[in-house]
This record gives sequence, structure tokens and C-alpha cells, in this order.
Amino acid sequence: MYLSSIYIDPKYIDIAKSSLQPMLEGAIVNTIPLTLISFIIGLILAVLTALARISNIKFLQIIARIYVSIIRGTPLLVQLFIIFYGLPNLGVTLNPFPSAVIGFSLSVGAYASEIIRAAILSTPKGQWEAAYSIGMSYSQALRRIILPQAARVSVPPLSNTFISLVKDTSLASLVLVTEMFRRAQEIASQNYEFLLVYSEAALLYWIICFFLSIIQQFLEKRMDRHLA
Amino acid sequence: MISITGLYKQFDQLEVLKGIDLEVEKGKVVVIIGPSGSGKTTLLRCLNVLETPTKGVISIEGNSLDFSKNVSKKHIASFRRLTGMVFQSYNLFPHKTAIENVMEGPIIVKGEGKASARKKAQGLLEKVGLGDKMTYYPAQLSGGQQQRVGIARALAMEPKVMLFDEPTSALDPELVGEVLKVMKDLAQEGMTMIVVTHEMRFAQEVADEVVFMDGGVVVERNKPEEIFNHPKEERTRKFLNMLQ
Repeated sequence: MYLSSIYIDPKYIDIAKSSLQPMLEGAIVNTIPLTLISFIIGLILAVLTALARISNIKFLQIIARIYVSIIRGTPLLVQLFIIFYGLPNLGVTLNPFPSAVIGFSLSVGAYASEIIRAAILSTPKGQWEAAYSIGMSYSQALRRIILPQAARVSVPPLSNTFISLVKDTSLASLVLVTEMFRRAQEIASQNYEFLLVYSEAALLYWIICFFLSIIQQFLEKRMDRHLA
Repeated sequence: MISITGLYKQFDQLEVLKGIDLEVEKGKVVVIIGPSGSGKTTLLRCLNVLETPTKGVISIEGNSLDFSKNVSKKHIASFRRLTGMVFQSYNLFPHKTAIENVMEGPIIVKGEGKASARKKAQGLLEKVGLGDKMTYYPAQLSGGQQQRVGIARALAMEPKVMLFDEPTSALDPELVGEVLKVMKDLAQEGMTMIVVTHEMRFAQEVADEVVFMDGGVVVERNKPEEIFNHPKEERTRKFLNMLQ
């Protein structure tokens, strides 16, 4: 009865239409930039962490392990709250967007580092040996031979991470970033059409993720083109 | 030109090389045969320090590595430049074409210019009979073709000695011949080669010397005719009988 009235009553279509613009704005101004920036920084962190984990230097190994353990062992929301609401107690006050970027970057860095570490370790030992046998150093072998191959293997799980990140950015609403979900919350708290507005937000997230998964397919095809 | 003195290699509890002394003159082809576990592959891999010996000295054309002391990474890298290795499983770089595989060493390690490296790589690929497959990726090549690219890649670094680790063991029988032919040609051109193989006919036709290893030691070494027809040691006889 309520459901059927959504389809029949034009009032709901108007509400949906008028909610669309602020939500899209939130997506374009905050959700997408937040995702992109955090992912890029996170990836850089992840590569460094992965290399630290596999290096022979005990000190680097330990630091990397502690970092990954802390991030994986605590909820992302709690991490965001500590950065945004907690740091001011130490005299460090950050705006919502930078807080969110730091939180998400650290999170991506930790999870993605395990993906990259696994990808590096899955590269056949013979590749290292062939690189060494023609005189390459560790860093030359890593840069020219191992990482390019690890990158191909990493595309599916890292795409997963990226798509998850898009949805995780909804948590940024709780540290006052006016991204897409916070806009939805603001709209719904005014017109009380919770089901409609939140479903619309969900649909928008789904559409964004759908396009991302198409990009993933394209990337995988491109990277596999000469691996027969 | 190559001298191995008192080489020992221990993996945890297992001693794989128990004191190897070997000299190889320039331009000679030495074939190492023996049962699995004899240490022949480990010995080969010690020569380009893919395995680090526990003890002993390896000299190639006057450059020595003494493993009773600590050996620096730089020293190892420059030592590796003297050798070229061909692997049983080819180990080509899958994300690079045949010619890029061959060019990689000269460009990245020796700092050669792309154009001159490309020309030399082209020459090497033509030499191993793959001039028409330069732009192919390893996945598009047969095993024998991949192995020949592997040989060209090792030759591109202009090594003093070529090390072959069972180069044809992973190949279908009909592809073995094309690889052995390239190796024969190399030998005829005077390349110093150390080959671990089970291809006894290759040893008979091409080797200047055959070394039989068993249990981590050199049991017998002699000219091929002597080893195959008049083996002096019981262990050698047993091994050769098993192969028939």
C-alpha cells in the first residue's frame, strides 16, 4: 500500500527529483574527490608498507606490522573519530575533509599493503633469479620486473578496495563532511521521507560502483592482453 | 679461467656441496651429469651466486669471490655480469616482448642507449633463429622459442661464461633439438659453457669434459668418450646403466 503509493503518487517523484541535485553535488564535491585522493595516497602508503614488510631490515618490518595491525584491528569509524574529534585534545584540530582523507588513506594503506605484498610474493621466484642473473640490483628487479607483474595480479582485489572505499566514504558524514550520504540525511530529516531518500542514495552509490566495476573489467582486459 | 676451490654449501641441516674443486679453461664446454640431489644445480647456481656458498672461493677470469668472508652485494652484482644463465623454466619476463626481454639487461644494467641495444638484440634474436618473432610476447611463443630467447637474453650481457641449468628438461622432445643446436653453435664459436643436463648425446657430441657428481662431490671427470665408454668409478657406472 505504501509501496504502491510511491509508484503512483507524483509527489514522491518530485521529492526524488529535488533530492537528486544536492546528493549529486555531495557526490561530486566530496564523495568522489575524497575517494580518489584517499585511494591514491593509500596506494602509495601500501606499496611502501608492503616493501617494508618484505625487506630484510627488521626495524622496517616491525613498523609495517604495527601499522597494519592497528588499522586492521580498529573500526574505521573509530579511527575517523579519533582523528577528527580526538586530536583536538592534543591541540591538533583538522577540518572535516582533511580528517577524512587522513583516516581513509591510512585505512586503504594498511589493507592494500596486504594485497600488494601477496601479489609481490606470488610472482615466481624465477623472475627474481632471471633479473639477478642479468645483473640487476634488488631495486631494479623490483621496479622493472616484479612490481609490473604484481600490479596485474593486484587489479581485481584493489578494485574491490576502491569500490569499498566509495561506500566507506559515507562514514565521513559522521565527521561532518557534506558528502552524498550526509546530504541524504539532511534532506530526509526535513521531509521525513526516509525510505525514499535513503533508497535514492543507495541507488546512486550503486550506479557509481557499477561504473567502477566496468572500468575494472576494462583494466583487467587491457593488462591481460599479452598474457594469452 | 674459472676456478672453484673448496666449495661447500649447506642448507639448514642438509649439506649439498661437500667440497668441490673444479677448473674450466676458456672456450671449453663442461657438462655436469648426475642423479637428482647430487648438487649439480646447486653448484651451477653458486657460480652466479643465486645460491651463496657456505665456504670456498670462486674465480672467473681473475675476479674472485671468497665466501668465508662477507661478500658485498655490489661485488656479487659485478660478478654476475661475468656469467649468463639459462634456466630450465626459461624465466622470461612475461610483460615484455622477446626483443624487450633481450634489451632489458643492456639498457637497465649497462646503461646502453635504446637504439644500439635494440640493434644488438635484433642481431642476437636472429642468431638464435627468432628474427621474425621479435615483437612476440613469451606467452605467444613455444617452449623451445622461449628458451632460445632466454639464451639471447643471457648473451646480450656479453658474459664470459654461459651457465645452462637443464635447459631442455622442460621441453617437449620435438623442441629439444632447436635449443641444442643453438648451444652447439655457441660452443663452436668458442663460448665457455657449463651445462647441467640429462642430454647425454649432447654431452658426447659437444662436451670437452664431462663431470659426474653424486652426493655433493665430484666423483669422476674425463673426456666424454672415457666417461661414457670406460667409466672408472662404480657410482658412475651405476648411474650410466640406469640411464639406459
